Amino acid sequence: MHGATHRTTRVDLRKVPVDGRAKWSTVAIINEPLALDDVALKTSVSSATRHPILGFIVRRVATGVLTLWIVSILIFAATNILPGNVAEVVLGRNATPGRVHALDVRLGLNHPMVRQYVDWLFGILHGNFGHSLVSVALNQASTSVSSTLLSPLLNSLILAGLTALLLVPLTLLLGALAGVYARRSLDHAISIPALVLGGLPEFVTGTLFIYIFFVVFHILPPVTDLAPGQSPFTDPKGLVLPVLTLLGVALGAGVRQVRAGMSEAMQRDYVQYARLNGIPERRVRIRYALRNALAPSVQIVAQNLQYLLGGIIVVESVFAFPGIGLYLVNAVLARDTVKVEAAAIIIAAAYTLLNILADLIVVLLVPKLRTAQR
Amino acid sequence: MITLGGPTKRVRWRVLNDWGVRVGAIMLLIVVGIAFFGSLLSSQSPYETAGIPGASPGGGHLLGLDFEGRDVLARLLHGGSSTIILATTATIVLYVVAISVGLLAGYSKSVIDPLLMRGVDVLLSVPSLLVMLLFITGLGSSKPVLVLAAVIVLFPGAARIVRSATLEVSTRGFVEAAVARGENTVAILRREVLPNIIPPIVADLGLRFSWSIILIASVNFLGLGIKPPSPDWGVMISENLVTLSSNPWAVIAPALMIGLLIIAVNLMGDGVVRQLGTSGAGR
Repeated sequence: MHGATHRTTRVDLRKVPVDGRAKWSTVAIINEPLALDDVALKTSVSSATRHPILGFIVRRVATGVLTLWIVSILIFAATNILPGNVAEVVLGRNATPGRVHALDVRLGLNHPMVRQYVDWLFGILHGNFGHSLVSVALNQASTSVSSTLLSPLLNSLILAGLTALLLVPLTLLLGALAGVYARRSLDHAISIPALVLGGLPEFVTGTLFIYIFFVVFHILPPVTDLAPGQSPFTDPKGLVLPVLTLLGVALGAGVRQVRAGMSEAMQRDYVQYARLNGIPERRVRIRYALRNALAPSVQIVAQNLQYLLGGIIVVESVFAFPGIGLYLVNAVLARDTVKVEAAAIIIAAAYTLLNILADLIVVLLVPKLRTAQR
Repeated sequence: MITLGGPTKRVRWRVLNDWGVRVGAIMLLIVVGIAFFGSLLSSQSPYETAGIPGASPGGGHLLGLDFEGRDVLARLLHGGSSTIILATTATIVLYVVAISVGLLAGYSKSVIDPLLMRGVDVLLSVPSLLVMLLFITGLGSSKPVLVLAAVIVLFPGAARIVRSATLEVSTRGFVEAAVARGENTVAILRREVLPNIIPPIVADLGLRFSWSIILIASVNFLGLGIKPPSPDWGVMISENLVTLSSNPWAVIAPALMIGLLIIAVNLMGDGVVRQLGTSGAGR
């Protein structure tokens, strides 16, 4: 599913301690201290005093690359745990010792595991993701995985991008509204659907949407029917339900968290003082409460965007949307290890990149973290 | 820090009186009851073809027939236990792992802590379903593999929580006193630290369990977990999408069951967090 981390994680900025160690938030929501305390840890004294932001970016990109490298080992190791003979599986009944050996050599499977990993990693760095095992087995003319990745990748980018465009403003708007009107009817009208939608798995929401919009009302198609290479924009109706499903789950999780931050900010002393000073309520809400609630909200929104990368795996499968998620699932179903690895490393890279961007935005918004010293 | 302020009994009473916990518990009892005891009520076979594929409800089949002409109600009544058992097993195992790792990291005050926590960071820097799919690719989709993959995906977050709580508790006076008395580390962890880190773990339990259900049901839905013809709610949803127009119940019914199960667990989890949270000493 989904990025497991985005659901409960709620970093309470007031509690981010200067010593960089995570502490329990007094707020009821569980604090899985994520990026923020890491940020404080990684920003060392020397770089923080001179070029705080630049130093931070360099450090954060370095840890990102390191993480991704370890993830690449994880991906390769997990998909190759069992020392089964791939060539034999690929050739099936046609396996003779001679043929197996020939194929081993062709796919580089005669080398030791470490060598295979290094070859694989360097191939990827040069844009070569290897040969599809299924294509080799079927004796197809083109067995290169790289050439099959581009179209699903673009489709997924369109799907996730469209969702993100709607997700960010809607999360902030609905969350802030529910927070300002906490425990009143507008809050309930927003929070209760958010509670239900945010908790359900994508395939449940997705199939219920198909039932409502296709079976009952006949207004939207149940699957995204795209020819290979065809842009999703040529079938805008087919995009609606996948976007709606992703949006529903991500909004549900995000709105609740932004609401909590906003309703807390509304009860703080500075809001009371601002009111007592005769500042108009509208201004109090926007300039005082919203601005203070915004920094943790950005973190939440960023985590929701990360969630989309995991969410597309199931959502694309529900709607047969030809993106990288469906590509991954089909590769796993076909046991095409090389394709699985390719899709996995791409998704992991995008995830890491979003992580870095999220940390950067939070650091830009919260000056305290820039100079956090140990 | 969430602490059990006041006598523990009072908190327990408050938790049991919370509306979310009560409603959630009733829903959970119904869904789990259907999943485990429903099969006793079902007179029809979940495997045998009983009529035209995708037939609508009627003729002794309350929920109609599925894409292969099997009785949907029978499959629904037989198909809940698999996911619930797998998710429960995964949740128990993941807490054993998370508590061990978290205690070790939080209490060790040595290089073990950063090492374990960076490992946890790496696991958290990949989408959870992706990690599950990788292990399924490598190890196949038997039930032990599903549990193992879910544990690997879900324990890091819990381990972080245990570690933070351990760090906090181990600076308290009673732990220092135990150290000064010369008690051995295992005894300190078991008698002094562990009882005091229970509240954050309990608060985390509901969400962790619902993720575990979601992950395993999703994998089943994708056709990478429990294999047809086994009746499983996740499997039923995906296999019956082809006959959605002729008999939507074959899809809607299992989807509602999974939805109710998760909402029930979330309601209870939220209720527990609410009651533990307001009793926090700092507030």
